[in-house]
Amino acid sequence: MSTFLGMPAAREGAGPSPQAAPGTLSGIGRPEDPLHWGASFPDAAKAALENGQLRRNLGKATSTIRTKRARVVGEVPDWEALRDAGSAVKTDVLARLPELLEELERNVTARGGVVHWARDAVEANRIVADLVRAKGADEVVKVKSMATQEIGLNEALAEEGIAAVETDLAELIVQLADDMPSHILVPAIHRNRTEIRDIFLERMADAPPDLTDVPRELAMAARSHLRRKFLSAKVAISGANFAVADTGTLAVVESEGNGRMCLTLPETLITVMGIEKLIPTFDDLEVFLQLLPRSSTGERMNPYTSMWTGVTPGDGPQEFHLVLLDNGRTKVLADEAGRSALHCIRCSACLNVCPVYERVGGHAYGSVYPGPIGAILTPQLTGEKSDLPYASTLCGACYEVCPVKIDIPSILVELRAREVSLSGASPETADRVWKAAMKAASFAMADGGRFRRAARVPRLLRAISRNGVIRRLPFPGSLWTRSRDLMEPPQQTFHDWWAEREERR
Amino acid sequence: MTDARTEILSRIRTALGSDAPGPTAAGVVPREYRSAGEHAPGSDVVLALLVDRLEDYKAHVHQVPAADLPGLLADLLGRSAKSQVIGSSDYRSPDVLPTTRESATQESAGRGAVVVPAGLDPAWLSAADVDVHTDSRDAPMSAAELDQVDAVVTAARVAAAETGTIVLDGEPDQGRRAISLVPDVHVCMVRTDQVMQTVPEAVRLLGAEPARPLTWISGPSATSDIELERVEGVHGPRTLHVVLVS
Ligand code: SF4
Repeated sequence: MSTFLGMPAAREGAGPSPQAAPGTLSGIGRPEDPLHWGASFPDAAKAALENGQLRRNLGKATSTIRTKRARVVGEVPDWEALRDAGSAVKTDVLARLPELLEELERNVTARGGVVHWARDAVEANRIVADLVRAKGADEVVKVKSMATQEIGLNEALAEEGIAAVETDLAELIVQLADDMPSHILVPAIHRNRTEIRDIFLERMADAPPDLTDVPRELAMAARSHLRRKFLSAKVAISGANFAVADTGTLAVVESEGNGRMCLTLPETLITVMGIEKLIPTFDDLEVFLQLLPRSSTGERMNPYTSMWTGVTPGDGPQEFHLVLLDNGRTKVLADEAGRSALHCIRCSACLNVCPVYERVGGHAYGSVYPGPIGAILTPQLTGEKSDLPYASTLCGACYEVCPVKIDIPSILVELRAREVSLSGASPETADRVWKAAMKAASFAMADGGRFRRAARVPRLLRAISRNGVIRRLPFPGSLWTRSRDLMEPPQQTFHDWWAEREERR
Repeated sequence: MTDARTEILSRIRTALGSDAPGPTAAGVVPREYRSAGEHAPGSDVVLALLVDRLEDYKAHVHQVPAADLPGLLADLLGRSAKSQVIGSSDYRSPDVLPTTRESATQESAGRGAVVVPAGLDPAWLSAADVDVHTDSRDAPMSAAELDQVDAVVTAARVAAAETGTIVLDGEPDQGRRAISLVPDVHVCMVRTDQVMQTVPEAVRLLGAEPARPLTWISGPSATSDIELERVEGVHGPRTLHVVLVS
C-alpha cells in the first residue's frame, strides 16, 4: 500500500470519495511515510511554481506573519538576550539529555503519570493504539502535534478501527480534504476561504448548507462540528511544546481552546513527545514563553497555554501517559555539525522568511517538516539521501529570525557537502543537484527584497576561506573550485556599502 | 531484546560520545535578559499596559474598587445571561451558532446560569440576578452540565502586563480547568497587586507551586487559520471580561 486514502473523517455519505477528486481534495492523500513523500524537490517545486493560486495564498500569508512578527519582536528590548539564553538552554539540554530524561520520567511518575519509550514510529503508534484500545474507545480527539504527524499516528489508529479527530481548525481542514499540512503552524495556509468553504460543504456532514466563505462563519461551523466530540471524548492525544525535567510539567500552547478541551475534559490523556522537547527547570519557561509566540504567530502571547504535572485528583484527566519518542532523533544528535536542529521549537518563523518556501509552498518538501528547518531536519531524521539541502538560497534570513539561533545555512552547506560524498557526485547527480540549486538562486534574484536577503551568502563563503582564498567550495560549488581558486568576497556587499553610505549622508 | 528505554538512553549516550559532558559539566546559560520589569507590580504604568494589551486581544476590561464589584458583576452577568454572547449579532444567523444551549437560552431569555468555583467569595455575586452553580473537585459538574451554563466567574493567580496574560492555578477561588473553558463568557477577577510587568516575574511566582494545573489566558479564544484573519471565539469562551479590582 503506497497511499492511505481511507480517512476516518470522510464518513459514509459525507462527501464524494477521494477518487472522485473534487477540486477541494488534494490528491495527495495520506502518504505512508510522513517524512518522505511525493516527487523529488526539484520536480515538486517546478509544479508548484506553475500554480499561481497557491503562490498568491502563500505570498499573502507569509508576508502578513512576517510583518506581525517583526512588530512584536521589535517591542522586546532584550530579544537578543532571550535568543542567547534559549539557544544555550537547548545546548545544555542535549548535552545532559539522558540525565534530564530520567529526571522527567521520575517526576511525571511521582505525580501519577505513566512514561513510555518508543524507538520508532511503529513502536510509538503501537503504544498509543494499545492504550486507546484498553479504554474501549473507537474515537479520540487530538490536539495539533508535529510529533504525531511525523509518525503517521492517525493512519495507524485508523487501521485499528480508531478514528482520530483533529480539533485544530487548520488540521481539521487538512484532514477533511485528505490533504497534507503545508506549514508547521498554519497547516492549511495553502487554502483560501473559498476552498475551505467547499471542503466543509463536501466533507463535513453537519456543515450548514448555506455556509458562506466568511472566516467567522467557517470557524463557527467548526466549533459546532467539534463541540459534541469534545464533550463526550474519553481519550485525547496531544503533543507537547515543552516538558520541564525538574518538575515533570508538560506545556501546550495554542489559540483556539481546542487544546484546553482535549487536555482537560477526557478521562485519559496521551501525550507523544520527541525526546528533545525538554527544558531543565520550570524557570526556563520564562525564556521560551517569550520567544515562541512572538516568533510563530507574531502575537505577544498565544491565547491559551496549558500546563499540567502528572494528574491532579478531581481536575482534568485522571489517567496520563507520556510517550517519549526517538524516531531518528538520536541519529541527529550523533551529528555534531547538525545536532542543533534539535533545538527547534517549531515556531515556523524560518518558513515565513524563506524565499524558496514562499514560492513553492510546503508540499514541495515532501515532509511534515517543510521550509528551512525541514530541509535540514528531514534528511537528518531519515538518514536518507535528499535534495532538500538544496531547497535554499543560503540567504541567512532563517538564521536571523530563529528564536533559538539554529544556524540553518551552515548546516545546509554541511549537508550539501556530505550529499556529494554520499553520491560520489556522478555527473547526472551533480547536474540534477546543480539545477536545483540554481533554481533556488533564481528565486532570490527575482526581486530586490529576496536578493538583499541572499546577500549574506558571501559572508558564509568568507567563513570557509583561508588567507583570503577559497580553495574548496561546498558542493555544487566544488565542481567549480576543483580546478580553480576563488577570491574571497569583499567584507561588505555592495548593497550594504550603499545602504551605509546613504545613512551617513 | 533490550527494552526501548534502555536502548534509547544508550543511543543518546553513544551519540554524545564518550567525552560528552556529564551532569557536572552542564553548559552555562547566559541570562542577560530582563528577569523583572522596571515598574512595581500593580503600579499605574503596569496596569495601563495590561489594559492596553488585553483590549488589543478584544478582551473587555473593567477597573473597579472592591466595594463596587457586586454591582459590576450583576451588570455583566445580567447582560451576558439574557442577551447571550456579546457580539453575537456578528454571527449571521442563529443556526450557525454552535450549541443548542446558546439558541435555547436566547429564546427563553430567563434567568441566566453562572458557575463559580467553591472558594469564590459568595458576596461578590450577591447582587446578580442569576442561578449560581458551585463547582469543586469534590463535587464537579459534568461537561454536559457546564455546557448548559452561560458564564463563569473566577479569580486569578497572577497577570503579566507586557503580554496581556492572566494565569489561573486551580486553587479554590479559581476552580477546575473545565469551568473556565466550557461556558461562553468568562469573567476573571484580578487584584491589581497581582499584576506583574513581565513574564519572568509571573513564571517565578508560579514556580513556587509548579505542580498545580496552570491555564494561561491571553484574550478570548481565537483562530487565524483562515487566510490569517483573526476570528475571536472558537472553542473556548468567546467573551472574556477582565475585572481589575483595587
Ligand atoms: S528552526 Fe528556528 S525558526 Fe525554524 S521553526 Fe525551528 S525554532 Fe522556529
